[in-house]
Amino acid sequence: MISRILAAAAPEGAETPNPLLPADYDILWSSVVFVVLLVFFWFKVLPGFKRMLDERAQAIEGRLADAEAAQKAAEARTAEVEADKAQLRAESSSIREDARAEGAAILSELKQQAAKDAERLSDTTKASLLAERDSAANALRGEIGALAIELASRIVGEKLDDDKVANRVVDEFIAELEGKKAK
Amino acid sequence: MSALSLFRAEDGEFSPPSIFEFYPEIVAFAGTPFAINRIMMIRLIVMVLLIVIFWLWTAKFNKAVKTGNVVPGRFQLLGELALNFVRKSIAHDQLGEKDGERFLPLLTTIFFMVFGMNITGVIPFANIAGTSVIGIPLVLAGVAYVTFIYAGTRKHGLRFFKNSLFPSGVPKPFYILVTPIELLSTFILRPVTLALRLLMNMIAGHLLLVLCFSATQFFFFQAGGLMSLFGVGTLLFGFAFTLFEILVSVLQAYVFTLLTTVYIQLALADEH
Repeated sequence: MISRILAAAAPEGAETPNPLLPADYDILWSSVVFVVLLVFFWFKVLPGFKRMLDERAQAIEGRLADAEAAQKAAEARTAEVEADKAQLRAESSSIREDARAEGAAILSELKQQAAKDAERLSDTTKASLLAERDSAANALRGEIGALAIELASRIVGEKLDDDKVANRVVDEFIAELEGKKAK
Repeated sequence: MSALSLFRAEDGEFSPPSIFEFYPEIVAFAGTPFAINRIMMIRLIVMVLLIVIFWLWTAKFNKAVKTGNVVPGRFQLLGELALNFVRKSIAHDQLGEKDGERFLPLLTTIFFMVFGMNITGVIPFANIAGTSVIGIPLVLAGVAYVTFIYAGTRKHGLRFFKNSLFPSGVPKPFYILVTPIELLSTFILRPVTLALRLLMNMIAGHLLLVLCFSATQFFFFQAGGLMSLFGVGTLLFGFAFTLFEILVSVLQAYVFTLLTTVYIQLALADEH
């Protein structure tokens, strides 16, 4: 049908070519172009294209594997760090315990020593007090005796010359006083 | 002639496009099988351009392999897109990966050759499709024909013809009816329709464009006056058909390649 339309459209007088019948040069150049392109695509373009795609797939797979390895390494490292941390924590708490115990020990030792010191101090103090009291008592005894004798001799109006008798009288008197006090 | 007709209308008469559009004058080797006219020249130029473009893309691919670069640039991505269109959307989808790869060189060649030859129909100064003369449609249809018969006989041997002509599951008496139909449809109509569909699309497209633009020329410069308004209409139509022809170029390349693939797939299928 189309060829009839074409024939009608053709200028009068000229012989109308049939577009369905190929000229020899038409077939030849078509074949040449086809063969050249086929060879070109077959042996040049597509192998390069395929190699590129393969390389890319491989590269991507390789990178994925690398990333996985890196992640694993990071995980291992994290676990290591965690373990270290736990160990350090345990160590530090034990050190703290030790320190506390040691502190307690030092404290009790100091307390003991202080108590001992205090005891010793009080002992010496007591001893010196006793000694002083004794000496004071002795001094007092002498003085009081003399005073009492002087007083008594004044009262009775006579001087007691004999010191021996006087001392005995005084001692007896003090002993009496002490005996009264002890009661 | 189509391009020339735009500059040639001086004689005041409208010259409609004719079949001689497709038989431009021979410029070299006249009378030999190597004769070259405008259309043959266009074919050779398209061939060279295809080779140059794909050579550049292949160079990019090779460079990517060498440098281990997995991130393609824009130009390389375009090439991958084009090649993957045939590889994935046509070959792998229809034939599966193994057979798809086997026939990929042929399918890729057919697709880009048909597209390259079609698109010259709308490219300025070429203005005619390399596929608008029957040579290329015929050669490619012949290649498709040979290929699907090769694929069938390679896989099934002579059973391929028996399976094609005497489909299983049909009662024997019906073969009187079925076998001639199968013979006609599989072994005669397939290549004929492949070639003619492409050829007629390109011829009709070219004639339409020439008609629109030569009419525009006529209305603007010969008829003049109010007739110029018609020229505006024909110019718009010409523009619209140019866009349409771009679509047809891609579509016909796709259809031709897809049908070739389907024929191969049918020949490889176990059951007919």
